[in-house]
This record gives sequence, structure tokens and C-alpha cells, in this order.
Amino acid sequence: QEVTVEVLEHLEHLALVDFRDAEGVERLRKAIRFADLLQEVNTEGVEPMDSVLEDRCLYLREDDVTEGNCTKELLKNAREKVEEYFVAPPGNIPLLKLEEQETFLQGS
Amino acid sequence: MAAAVRGCGGVWRREWQCRVGGLSRRGQRTLGCNARGGAVPAGKSGLAPWVPVVGLEVHAQISSNSKLFSGSQVQFAAPPNSLVSFFDASLPGTLPVLNRRCVEAAVMTGLALNCSINKKSLFDRKHYFYADLPAGYQITQQRVPIAVNGTLSYSLYKDNKMSQMVTKTVRIKQIQLEQDSGKSLHDDTRSQTLVDLNRAGVGLMEVVMEPDMCCGEEAAAAVRELQLILQTLGSSQAVMAEGQLRVDANVSVHHRGEPYGVRTEVKNINSIRFLAKAVDYEIERQIEELENGGTILNETRAFDSKLGCTVPMRDKEGKQDYRFMPEPNLPPLILYDAKSLPANINHQQVVNIDWIHERLPDLPSVRRAKLVELYGILPEHSFTLVNEDGLTEFFENVVNQTQMKPKKVIGWILKDLLSYLKQHSLTVKESPVSSVLLADLLNLLEKKEISSTAAKQVLAELWKGEGKSPLEIVKEKKLELMQDQKELEQICQEVIDGQENEVMAIKAGNLKVLNKLIGLVQRKTQGRSNPVVVKQLLEKKLSL
Repeated sequence: QEVTVEVLEHLEHLALVDFRDAEGVERLRKAIRFADLLQEVNTEGVEPMDSVLEDRCLYLREDDVTEGNCTKELLKNAREKVEEYFVAPPGNIPLLKLEEQETFLQGS
Repeated sequence: MAAAVRGCGGVWRREWQCRVGGLSRRGQRTLGCNARGGAVPAGKSGLAPWVPVVGLEVHAQISSNSKLFSGSQVQFAAPPNSLVSFFDASLPGTLPVLNRRCVEAAVMTGLALNCSINKKSLFDRKHYFYADLPAGYQITQQRVPIAVNGTLSYSLYKDNKMSQMVTKTVRIKQIQLEQDSGKSLHDDTRSQTLVDLNRAGVGLMEVVMEPDMCCGEEAAAAVRELQLILQTLGSSQAVMAEGQLRVDANVSVHHRGEPYGVRTEVKNINSIRFLAKAVDYEIERQIEELENGGTILNETRAFDSKLGCTVPMRDKEGKQDYRFMPEPNLPPLILYDAKSLPANINHQQVVNIDWIHERLPDLPSVRRAKLVELYGILPEHSFTLVNEDGLTEFFENVVNQTQMKPKKVIGWILKDLLSYLKQHSLTVKESPVSSVLLADLLNLLEKKEISSTAAKQVLAELWKGEGKSPLEIVKEKKLELMQDQKELEQICQEVIDGQENEVMAIKAGNLKVLNKLIGLVQRKTQGRSNPVVVKQLLEKKLSL
């Protein structure tokens, strides 16, 4: 299956990664080919495992208030703050289309 | 600081378009639901009728002391970022620890909605980017939720008449446990978003309903009943105004016999009243769009309560891809019942479904049935009693303190007391007339010391809340019924003598005119006569 521009854009948008140039895209293609090797394993009749914790007990906590009240500490890491609020850029800024990105054009 | 419209990931704000005045200028379409449950608004120029389809996703905040996966407090109003733990802020090295109370709340709710409780359920991560979701994902239950396949029964007035009620059911697809996100305040002037994580990580129960409803009225009634159930269970306080109950509506229309139409999702609905409006508006909008040859986009729309319409909320960027994956830090959630309960286990670590089932309180439907059986009131009455916070208790208190039959008392509660409360926007708890005072008043009436007209006058006085007792008011305003039979007879005779024409009409067979004479006697006695007794006296005198 081809890794199309649409797929690349979709991935960049979803995961906020930057494939940057043709070399990055080739690395992606190689990674996909590598992962595809998993398809060769016959898993018929085998329950998928989704956690190594599957036979552990899920610990249940009592409903007591034991944390919080550390506004100052939390805000220490914030680059910007306004009256104890974290500051973030407005909404979600749309990414430029791949073809419009300078870095992409340079590699090809 | 402009308040944000709560949106999910991949969103940016865009200019909202909405025709001011909406569709109402073109003339109202009556959206009633017919007996089979499909709304059949009149189509334009003889087109086939449209069948609207409505499905709801309800998020109810769990009523607990601490959050779903952390020990920080759950509280509505608090200084920004003061109820936030390191885990809630998604700092590296923190792990989720499940709150037992949240699990119990979800099991209770599932049982109350007739669901199958999954003894093994799983947690997943749902990924999207938004400033109020610091981890970049929400922990939810997408693959195997805690409860599935339930039903919710609700009732509404048939054909808009307040006399007959019809019961409907909506299927519950599933109930899942998930985290709430923080709150963003958009500051457009300074081009920034302020984030408060106090709400981030609070436990939610998402109740997903199948699209079994067909109009705003049904949606509103279903949500109202769900709200009552949650409040009765105590699993959620479900106050919409405080964001403890949030509803998203999925709406589409199609012609009967054809496949379902494209659906839109409507968000930002802040009250049950607006829910009905938003759903009905969206149905109308879609019908009009399709009848004008347009198409419906599979989009998310926001309800604008001021304009009474829905507006597009997101740009066309295709379906969201949340890249669901199992939550690697949480093993499966195992629930037990009496049979599967292991012998040597720490009880604090066990959630026993049967134990919870035995302790479920009477649900609203059961309370209503009991009221009807115990007091002989109508089902419609029981709905109003259970619907108003505190009204059932008030009614029962009055019944216990008066000799008047409950069937008569209910009239005073629903017609007089409740209408007063509504007019002045008061809750039952804020009523200036207590159950004791009302009971005293009804006793006077029952003992025939005052007429019902006089009783209404006394009630009006009691509303002023001046601390006078009913008896005091009666004495003050001289409202006691005349006890002197002879005096009453005399007045009746006077009235008869003074109304020759009316008497002739009555004797000629027009018995309705008798009411006029009764009214005249009432006036002469200044309301101090019992109309039933007056009627009997007049009839006797006129040899009827």
C-alpha cells in the first residue's frame, strides 16, 4: 500500500509529528514494512492480548480526597500564566498543507 | 473573557452563520408525534412525510468526593487549578488509580436502567489534541464498557393534552466510565486560551441511547426521567446548569421505508427546555434543506439559545480519528456477584453487583406507582409530584395532618400551591406556605367552617407570609360560613323575591339560571355561604 500525501497529512494532523522531508517519509515507509512482518504470524483462534497486566488485579481506591491544592507548584512549569490559569494558544491552529511546507519541498 | 463553547479536538472557531429568525418566519410546522412514534410534519406540496430520528449521548458527572483516577477533590466552583493533582495535570511519572465509588455509581445506574453489567470491562485511550486535555488522550471504555443493553421508560402527555399520558421506551446501548476534561476560556482579544484543570479527571458516566426517539418532546422527557433516576440513585446530582448533565443530540430525517438520512450532532445544549428546542429546530432545518434540494452534511452543530437555532461548529475536516488503544496502565475491571464472589478476598477491593442491586432505592416509576396506589391519585398527578423537588414530601405531610381525602388534597397541591410557586419562581422548599399551614386551612374547609371560595382567599393571604394562621385570617376577614340556617333561608327568599324573571326561567325548565341565583346569595352573604347548601335551599323553595 502506498503512503500517499493524504495519509501523511492525516498522520501529521493526528499526531502532530513532522515528517519534514522525503527522507523522513522513506523512514516511515520502512517502519511500515517492518511492522507488516507481524501479519505473517498465524493468530487464528488466539485472544488478542492488550495489556501485560491482564491477569493482575485492578486496585480500587477509597473515595477520599488526598491530593490537590498545589496550584503554585503546577504553575511553576507554565511558560505563561494569567491569574492561576494556564495559557494556551487560541483553539487548534490548522496545519499548512504538506505541499505548502518549506521543509517538505526542500527534501524532494 | 468570553466563555468557550465546549468542543472536542481538531476544532477551530469559525464564523457562525445563522438566519436571524430561523424558520419560524415561514410558518410553524406542527411537530406532533403520532401513535406509532414517528413525527409526520406536513410536507411541502404533498411530498411524502418525513420521519425524524433522534439519538442522545448523555454525560453525567459522577457524584463522588474525589476524581475517577486521582485523589483530588470534585467541586463545582473553586479557585482555578486548585483541585488538580499531578496526574490530572498529566505530569510524567503519574499513573491512574481507579476510584471504587465511581465504579459503584456506574453499576447502580446500569442496574436502574435494566442493563447487563459486564463482569469484565476494559479501559481505552481516546486521542485528540485540545488545551483542556493535558494528556492528549481521554481514558474511556470504548471496547467493553461497564454496562450494555438497557432500557429507559419515560412518559409524556399524549397529543399535547395534559390529560392523558403515554409511556415510551428508549434502548440504552451502553454506559461507560470516562474522564471529564478541563475547562477552556477563550480570550479572543488577546488570542489565547486560559485553561483550568479543576474539572479534568472528574468521573463521568456516558449513557448512549439508541436512536429510538422522534422529536424534541420525547428527547426532553427521556432526559428528564434519566435525571430523576440519577438523582434518586445519588450516582449523579445531574444539575444541567452546573454542567453535571450534558446532552448531545444526533438528528436525522428520512422517508419511511428508506434508509436513515445523514445525521448531525448538536452540542451546547444547556437545559432540558433547550434540548427540545434544539432537536425540533434541527429536524425542521434538515427537512427544509432536503425539500429545497439540498443535502445534509455529517457535521457537528452548536445550539445558539439566544437565536433559537443550530449553527455549524466545526469545519469540514472529515471524521475524527481518535486512534483508540487499550489503556496499558489499567488491568481489566472485574466485578463480582454473590455466586462468583471469591472466598478469601479483601472486601474493600470487591464490587458486588448483587449487593448493590439489593440496596437500590425506589426508582421514580416505583415511587409514582406507590403514590397512585396509596392515595388514589391519577398517574398524571404522580408525575407532577415526583417531578417537583420536595413536592411529594409536602403532599404527604399535608395528607397526614388533615382529614381531607388525598384525592381532594392533590387538587390544592397541584392547582393552587404549585401554580403560586411557579408564578413566583419558587421551589417547594422556599414556599411561604408550609405543609402545616395548608393542612390547617384544608381542615377548616373539611369541617365546613369555610367555603372553598373563602379557602382560596385565605390561601392568597397566607402567601404574603405574614405569619398569620388560617384561623386568624378567617376571623379577620369574616370568612366563616354562616351557621344560622334561618338567616340563610331568609336571604335565599330575598333573592328569589327580587329576581322574578330568573325564577320564571328556572320554573320553565332552564335550570342553569339557578347558578345566577346561587351567585347572588353568595354575594349577599359575602361568600359566607356554602354553595351546595344554597343550591339545596333554593331548589326546595322553588319546589324543583
